[in-house]
Amino acid sequence: MSAAVSVLSLCKHYKDVSAVDKVSFEVQEGHCFGLLGPNGAGKTTTIEIMEGIISASSGQVLYQGKLVDKQISQQIGIQFQNTALQDYLTVKETLNLFASFYQNTLDQAQLIELCDLGDFLDRDNRLLSGGQRQRLLLALALINDPQIIFLDEPTTGLDPQARRNFWQLIKNIKAQNKTIILTTHYMDEAEQLCDDIVIMDKGKIIAEGTPNQLLAQHFEDVFIYLPKSQVSNELISKHGWLKLTDRIEIASKNVEKTLTLLMGLGVSLDGLHVKSANLDDLFLKLTGHSLQASL
Amino acid sequence: MNLKRFFAVFKARNIEFFRDRSALGWNLLFPVLLLVGFSFIFSGDGRPAYKVGLFVEQGQIDSPAQTLLTQLRFINFIEYNDLALAKEKISRHSLDLLVDYNAKRYWVNEESPKSYLVEKIFLGQQAGFTRLQSSGKSIRYVDWVLPGILGMNIMFSCLFGVGYVIVRYRKNSVLKRLKATPLSSFEFISAQLLSRLFIVMFMSAVVYGGCNVFFDFFMLGSYFDLFIIGALGAFCLISLGLLVASRSKSDELIGGLLNLTSWPMMMLSGVWFSLEGAPDGLKILADFMPLTHLVSGARAVITQGATLSDISFHVNVLLLMSCTFLFLGAYLFSWNTER
Repeated sequence: MSAAVSVLSLCKHYKDVSAVDKVSFEVQEGHCFGLLGPNGAGKTTTIEIMEGIISASSGQVLYQGKLVDKQISQQIGIQFQNTALQDYLTVKETLNLFASFYQNTLDQAQLIELCDLGDFLDRDNRLLSGGQRQRLLLALALINDPQIIFLDEPTTGLDPQARRNFWQLIKNIKAQNKTIILTTHYMDEAEQLCDDIVIMDKGKIIAEGTPNQLLAQHFEDVFIYLPKSQVSNELISKHGWLKLTDRIEIASKNVEKTLTLLMGLGVSLDGLHVKSANLDDLFLKLTGHSLQASL
Repeated sequence: MNLKRFFAVFKARNIEFFRDRSALGWNLLFPVLLLVGFSFIFSGDGRPAYKVGLFVEQGQIDSPAQTLLTQLRFINFIEYNDLALAKEKISRHSLDLLVDYNAKRYWVNEESPKSYLVEKIFLGQQAGFTRLQSSGKSIRYVDWVLPGILGMNIMFSCLFGVGYVIVRYRKNSVLKRLKATPLSSFEFISAQLLSRLFIVMFMSAVVYGGCNVFFDFFMLGSYFDLFIIGALGAFCLISLGLLVASRSKSDELIGGLLNLTSWPMMMLSGVWFSLEGAPDGLKILADFMPLTHLVSGARAVITQGATLSDISFHVNVLLLMSCTFLFLGAYLFSWNTER
């Protein structure tokens, strides 16, 4: 498998702020690559440099081993984080406008079906709901049938149902062997969609790998939670369990053994909850602050 | 330059303008309101009496008959040494009657009711004169101010329509989204420029045509020449709008800059009143304003029947200014995608 995009020692400075600091990674062809981090981590700056929208202070971006040039805009598709669409144009007119910019375009009927735009093709851009807008923006990103698609926080601000629908669209696109580069601060989104992830914080990469690799590397334990009222303080201190506000957390390498132990100690298992570590836990462990809390 | 991309942006911008009903309505209503307002304010010509021109040679002594005539009340008598000028005045309704005592002849304007009445008064007192006819419509203030109002409307539409729209596009990332496509800045800017040129010329033609039904505007020159000077002026003002909006990302700043550009032009470009009697310094300052050349050129075509070669000074200045503004605007233009 070859690298579709390589990012080498990328730096971007704004006056005395370092938005991106010596960031390097590779995006494999046909993969969904996730760039994770809280707001202000440097994700958007990094992918906008990759897209050729802003220039780097130093470092390089290579597409299939070649330096990025102006022609790249014919081959990539971009969905920005905040984009206004031209007022008073309908969805269909917007599709036609953007289609005219490219040499190769995806068949419009296919695009409308892929992004599920059929119900509101004649609606003014100003009147679209959040989910409809994001689907139109995704369609604009796909209009030139690109091999590489950049999606910058595509589901921010959508309701849970719309987010799940959007994930399904992205999975459909991925099934066509396209390379997707996604930024998000939703850990569940990254777990659902991404083959590889890079976690950024304050302009630097703090971890990279597949989600499973990263979790296996940093967490051996699963977590067992019990209501605090069911466990005596003596037991808690004796076994070194962690006291949270209204429950206790037991880190365990072997769930079966731990449960047997608890039952042996006569602890009631009512309200028991078992959870394996997720990317949010990983982020908390790596940075000392929660990803969601920093939003 | 890819024409497909250019026309797509041109068309999208036109659709955006024509579907914005409130802006469209205002663009039509504003000049009409001004024209109607001014035609009412200046509907009386302020003259308390009839005006009779007397053609006299240098050093000529008044004849008794002439003295008798000039004793008539409520008639202003104005002496002219230049017969051509006096005839021009009567054909434009600035005079109601022109009398030449030496040659025993007088002129009336067949199209002027006042001229008809004064002729009756004149013939009641004097006899033996040869009657000569003049004809021609009068130039009212509304005819004179028409190119000013249309020019001012073109100016606001060009400066604000281009300036504000580009800054809004830049601020809400429409420009950024377009930059991420293969669309070049040249294609984008020229599409904006020509779209606005089409819009202002179309709207001005509609306002002119519509108001002409009610006002029956005076027009000595050719409509083609008027169209050309209007289009050149609009092109120049759009280029100026592009230059003003080339970098800014702030609504408030662009509002200030556009007001700073448009208000001096509105006051000093001879939109409302002639600059003929103004101090030289002011006239020189006005010559640096595109609107001055648009209005003066259009006014010369309308009221004097000037051709494009007669107003070549205005045409050349507008072309020169357009090139300068466009060059600077393109040089300074920023998609401003950095955050």
